[in-house]
Amino acid sequence: MNLYRDEAVVLRTQKLGEADRIITFLTRNTGRVRAVGKGVRRTKSKFGARLEPFMHVDVQFARGRTLDIVTQAETLSPFGEAISGDYARYTAGTAMLETAERLVVEELEPALQQYLLLVGALRVLAGGERDGSLVLDSFLLRSLAVAGYAPTFGGCARCGAPGPHRSFSAGAGGMLCGSCRVPGAATPAAETVVLLGALLAGDWPTAEAVDPRFRKAASGVVAAYLQWHLERSLRSLVHVER
Amino acid sequence: MVQDLIDELGRLPGVGPKSAQRIAFHLLSTDPTDVRRLAGVLMEVKDRVRFCVTCGNVAEEEQCRICRDPRRDLTVLCVVEESKDVIAIERTREFRGRYHVLGGAISPIEGIGPDELRIRELMQRLADDTVTEVILATDPNLEGEATATYLTRMLRPLGLRVTRLASGLPVGGDLEYADEVTLGRAFEGRRSVDD
Repeated sequence: MNLYRDEAVVLRTQKLGEADRIITFLTRNTGRVRAVGKGVRRTKSKFGARLEPFMHVDVQFARGRTLDIVTQAETLSPFGEAISGDYARYTAGTAMLETAERLVVEELEPALQQYLLLVGALRVLAGGERDGSLVLDSFLLRSLAVAGYAPTFGGCARCGAPGPHRSFSAGAGGMLCGSCRVPGAATPAAETVVLLGALLAGDWPTAEAVDPRFRKAASGVVAAYLQWHLERSLRSLVHVER
Repeated sequence: MVQDLIDELGRLPGVGPKSAQRIAFHLLSTDPTDVRRLAGVLMEVKDRVRFCVTCGNVAEEEQCRICRDPRRDLTVLCVVEESKDVIAIERTREFRGRYHVLGGAISPIEGIGPDELRIRELMQRLADDTVTEVILATDPNLEGEATATYLTRMLRPLGLRVTRLASGLPVGGDLEYADEVTLGRAFEGRRSVDD
């Protein structure tokens, strides 16, 4: 049997047959992996509880012809327990998992930065010290940046003229100066732009210092930017409790 | 025509192309009366079975057998995800209250939020103060736990007793094989043996 072992976060599970599940993982070294968890829906399953979404696990796979098979799993961090105990955090976390799954397009292509970003974001979300909605927005921006779609909240996204600027266009890639402004560009408040820049940079003291009134507008900008680049809306984003 | 039958059988859950072929050839060699009886039952089930207007369970009349039963305890309501969970709980013969079937669990990644489930109907059922305890019997997986968390938040202001099914070690298993999440839950929900 051709076995390999990796650290992974469970992104999604789908029922398969009587008691099995197809589990989608984001692994540290192998990227996105879809594998079958045999008998994991049975109450006496040895590792069913370890293969739930949000779980950070050390997994052993056996290579299969179409799908690999999970042969062993050990828990590294049980994020699922803490996250599912708070509904707002659960909805935010689900949007993170869906984004990670969509941005790591190719199966078995290593995506170390996306993996590390997701593990870090889930750890913060499960810890509960920061606002779940802010953690989600910061993750979405940084995950897009890792995928090559980094927005610009400082200088002009077109000509590079130093900011701050007033117009925002998802299609143009961020803030635009007066001369590069495109029709239909949004004009978020200056505080919203500061918040977005801080979330992208992971600058939590600045992000948390911005008046919470501007968080909703920032989330709207992030959602628009994400949907523009994914070319399809995220199913879970509409269910996020802000 | 035989291929059509194999294709139709292959669309059933858990039936692969090989099994579909086996069932199809079994039906071909079976006595016509038995096949007619099976076809009749399939049509009858499709025509007569619907969802109970009160609890959402499968029913042959407007209300299901359990909602119509006057011996059932009206003060306890058990909330489950699917009708098959009602059957599983009924098999225990431990529960004498009534049920409410949500029709699934909250799963944003599948596009299922609280509005897609029968939560509004649950709140309407609880409005007349007859029910004093709600048992949350959603699956002990992530979606089920999140649904229970959401329902707890909705039900708490009503002043009801809200309980959740215990989770922990399966009967007949070995402790050493239990995973840490399950074992942790078993510790959390441990009970005194004095009473």
